[in-house]
Amino acid sequence: MNNSDLAQILIRAVQEADSSERLVDAVQELAAAGIEESVPTLIAALGYNNPGAAVAAVDGLIAIGEAAVQPLLELIDDYNYGARAWALRALAGIGDVRALDTLLEAAKTDFSLSVRRAAARGLGTLRWHQVPAEKLESVQTQVLEALLLISQDPEWVVRYAAVTSLETLAIAIAVTLPDQASRITNQLQQILDTDADLGVRTRVKFAQEKIQQQQHQEVFAPKRKLQETEVEVPHRGGGRR
Amino acid sequence: MNSSPQKFEDLSATGDNADGGSLTVEQAIANLESEDLGLRFYAAWWLGRFRIGEPAAVTGLIKALEDEADRTPEGGYPLRRNAARALGKLGDRQAVLPLIACLDCSDFYVREAAAQSLEMLGDPVCIPPLIKLLAAGLDGEQLVSQQPDLSQPYEAILEALGTLRATEFTSLVKPFLEHPIELVQYAAARAMYQLTEEPAYGERLVKALAGERLQLRRAVLADLGAIGYLPAADAIAQTLAENSLKLISLKGLLEHQVNHTTPTTLSEGAIKVINLMDSLL
Repeated sequence: MNNSDLAQILIRAVQEADSSERLVDAVQELAAAGIEESVPTLIAALGYNNPGAAVAAVDGLIAIGEAAVQPLLELIDDYNYGARAWALRALAGIGDVRALDTLLEAAKTDFSLSVRRAAARGLGTLRWHQVPAEKLESVQTQVLEALLLISQDPEWVVRYAAVTSLETLAIAIAVTLPDQASRITNQLQQILDTDADLGVRTRVKFAQEKIQQQQHQEVFAPKRKLQETEVEVPHRGGGRR
Repeated sequence: MNSSPQKFEDLSATGDNADGGSLTVEQAIANLESEDLGLRFYAAWWLGRFRIGEPAAVTGLIKALEDEADRTPEGGYPLRRNAARALGKLGDRQAVLPLIACLDCSDFYVREAAAQSLEMLGDPVCIPPLIKLLAAGLDGEQLVSQQPDLSQPYEAILEALGTLRATEFTSLVKPFLEHPIELVQYAAARAMYQLTEEPAYGERLVKALAGERLQLRRAVLADLGAIGYLPAADAIAQTLAENSLKLISLKGLLEHQVNHTTPTTLSEGAIKVINLMDSLL
């Protein structure tokens, strides 16, 4: 049996599932197969209002990775905020920068806090190496501005998600935009001093520890870092030949 | 539990942070005495939702606990229910005695709202009247009947007794572990954990996370968050329910960890919970 036949059988099982549990099982099996053809069915499963099926579908879409990005961006459900939140979770898990505009808009303007939360998280999981070097500074600055804004969201869970992303961004820009790094550390300190929510403040402490550990490593191992960057260029060229 | 939608309201679908613009504080307080009963009802909800703790708001809401104008066909008191719910959120202890008086109201939902709000206000003076209501379901230290008994808001009462650490009444809470309604059993397990700190009661809730019904799993998530039972962390992250609810539950565990350990460093448990929460965003 080839992949396509298998996909058809598994997709039919999802469509014909007649109970909540069977649906979860069928989506899990389809997701585990990791076949590109299943992407539209997995995306549809995000909208069944069945958290078990949605979790399985998100895992499957993340495993499929880049091939799922374009369909996710096209099939995002503007009328079902539950499905939209799961789709943004999948995009965040994949980390593809093609999702950047969708993430930015959702994090700043979506009325659903689950969507804003997932999008805020996704802004911290972007794979920066996909961004052309000449655009990296401007894109990272754009994400930084967005996160500084989102970290003031009225909902604790969105602020919490923004803190996780400020943490990873602080580490990413320590090399590319060292001048901007203090804006993140200042914002984190301000949240720690003023946020009403103990959970958010605790997450800030954890982020501060992570960022400090990173700085510590850079102080003591700057040479190693430099060498890594240097060997990267010839290595890539070698691969092409 | 009946109380869980209330606890989760800040994560409601609409995430409404703009709705508040339609009323001012002065208007809302004035509306508590409006001719329009709908406006009164909405004003009481609004004052709670936006935590308007001004003295005039508290006074107005306490007065609304004795409202006679707004009645349902079944004899319920909608405005009293909303006023009782709001007063729990405002944290003003002036409301304690008026809310205790509400425990005698003929409307089940007023009694339930009063018990929930008394839990939030945290004044142990309400323990004896809560015990009096609980005793309606008891014959000595046994349940009166194995039939579902819906005459009193047992969940809210049990949760309040747990939160208020009514340890001298543990023997009256315990029989409700066998109550025929699962939600009441969970409320009892939650209270028993708070009263005794015996892990067996926490584990009973963890076991319930594997149950069949989504509605019950959601309720148990709220319970585990409320008691901050750390050994439940993985089970919470894995149960089949909305991530929003799992995150609230785990936040309860995290805050419990932080409140019970040294403030300078994060405990191993806290870091574990943070990593689980991050994975659910």
